[in-house]
Amino acid sequence: MIKVENLNKWFGPNHAVNGVSFNVNKGEVLGFLGPNGAGKSTTMRMITGFIPVDEGSITIGGFDIDEDPIKAKSLMGYLPENAPAYSDMTVTAFLRFIASLRGLSGSDRTIAVEKVIETCFLQAVRHQPIETLSKGFLHRTCFAQSIIHDPEVLILDEPTDGLDPNQKYEVRNLIKRMSERKAIILSTHILEEVDAVCSKVIIINNGKLVADGLPTELKKRSAMADSVIVKLNNAKYDDVSSRLEGIDGVDSVMCLIENEYFCSARVIPKKTGENYQNGLAEKIYHEANDAGWEICELKTDEGRLDDVFRSITTSDVSEGTK
Amino acid sequence: MSGTVSNISAVTKKELYSYFVSPVAYVFMIIFLILTGFFTFMLGGFFQRNEANLASFFLWHPWLYMFLVPSVGMRVWSEERRSGTLELLFTLPITAWQAILGKFIAGCVFLFLCLSLTFPMVLTVNHLGDPDMGAILCGYIGSFLVAITFLAISGLTSSLTRNQVISFIISLVLCLLLILAGWPPITDLFVKWAPIWVVDFVAACSIIPHFEGLQRGVIDSRDIVYYLSLIIFSLFSTSVVLRSRKTS
Repeated sequence: MIKVENLNKWFGPNHAVNGVSFNVNKGEVLGFLGPNGAGKSTTMRMITGFIPVDEGSITIGGFDIDEDPIKAKSLMGYLPENAPAYSDMTVTAFLRFIASLRGLSGSDRTIAVEKVIETCFLQAVRHQPIETLSKGFLHRTCFAQSIIHDPEVLILDEPTDGLDPNQKYEVRNLIKRMSERKAIILSTHILEEVDAVCSKVIIINNGKLVADGLPTELKKRSAMADSVIVKLNNAKYDDVSSRLEGIDGVDSVMCLIENEYFCSARVIPKKTGENYQNGLAEKIYHEANDAGWEICELKTDEGRLDDVFRSITTSDVSEGTK
Repeated sequence: MSGTVSNISAVTKKELYSYFVSPVAYVFMIIFLILTGFFTFMLGGFFQRNEANLASFFLWHPWLYMFLVPSVGMRVWSEERRSGTLELLFTLPITAWQAILGKFIAGCVFLFLCLSLTFPMVLTVNHLGDPDMGAILCGYIGSFLVAITFLAISGLTSSLTRNQVISFIISLVLCLLLILAGWPPITDLFVKWAPIWVVDFVAACSIIPHFEGLQRGVIDSRDIVYYLSLIIFSLFSTSVVLRSRKTS
């Protein structure tokens, strides 16, 4: 549905977006990550046709955004950063206005407006002027605007920014529910969100694509990926470390907590390219049983996206400054 | 085609809604009506003239519009830019031209409404004498054309900046220049060094002679072309500015 090829954008001497390419198909949710100022919003503004593309091409459902902007735009719903809306209008009037520009009229328009008011939980504020809304309601009003015509493509720039935890949960569920029938791009710097809703992730830094893959694949890049955390009652860390380090394939053991009741340790496997995930935990289990320790926690760390994010985006900055 | 019309009318309706939901429209109307009355009767000497026409009424219109119309037009685009709704508007399936026309038409409707509320003047002059209604109608057409020309100009200055005060001042100065262009002190500036055609051109830019013709009841196609070309030029420039400066 969304095809971005070799996208470039300059703001004066500043190369804001540098050769970014990716595809998003129907049924996929692409998480678009990057530190602030990495070029996320610029890329999204180019995809939605708000700012012109300097080099490269963007096609939405087969329509080029430069050559056929109206057709491409009509397939898209867009939630801009900071959720702008006409502050003097009421929520209903605003949604009716957007629906008219989306080509809806008469009873179709009324139905569409009622439906998004319900989906986005806006019943309580529907007759309130937008300038009097709290940030959460404002955000949901703007979100409602983006899905009013049930678009095939949805571009969301920080969709949960400024929402409280309950609202974040609701919005994520909404995105997940819609994702089966749509191609969605969402930018965020909240990494838990990627875990919660995205089926694909790209990380962009200084305008360049630095990582691209499934969330689980990216997590594997974390230094802590595949390590096993074990918490043992009635065990001393020194005994634990010496016994566990003896296991084949273990690189090192780190102490996390030790006190008179229990000790907790992280066992890091050797990076041999093999998958230790199940094997290592099992070996530790047997080893602990043999030693007579009581296991009260044993789990394999999947790796953390924010470790990967930090290592990718900060190493790139230091390379850039050299 | 139907998409074009419905897009334009959606924008027009939304703009009119914005005019009347805020106090701007009411303040503007009341001040416009008070000032037209004041200028006509006190400064224009409506009764002293002892003529059954609205010359003293129309005389002040360009000056009033010079202040009031930029105050209506200044927010048209700068507000969109400041609040970020420009991004919303231009990622909807609507062309820049449709948005510009929609907003311009809404402003025209509003100014038409204000102008039509001066109907008691027409009743008054009819009560006191037997005026030439054709000339009055032409005067109204001229006055409306001056107003919407200024509206197009303030729309242009509004698209240039996100600051409404700057937009207001620049459009006020441009409107003042249009009013004064034919005035000797301005033409004298050019007479000493510029070729005669430049002087003629500057003088021809003045809005006053084109308005005076209409007030006398003469609809000259040159006057109409003058207003239309100023309007089209301003709207076209607005579209160029919006297209090139969306990002800033």
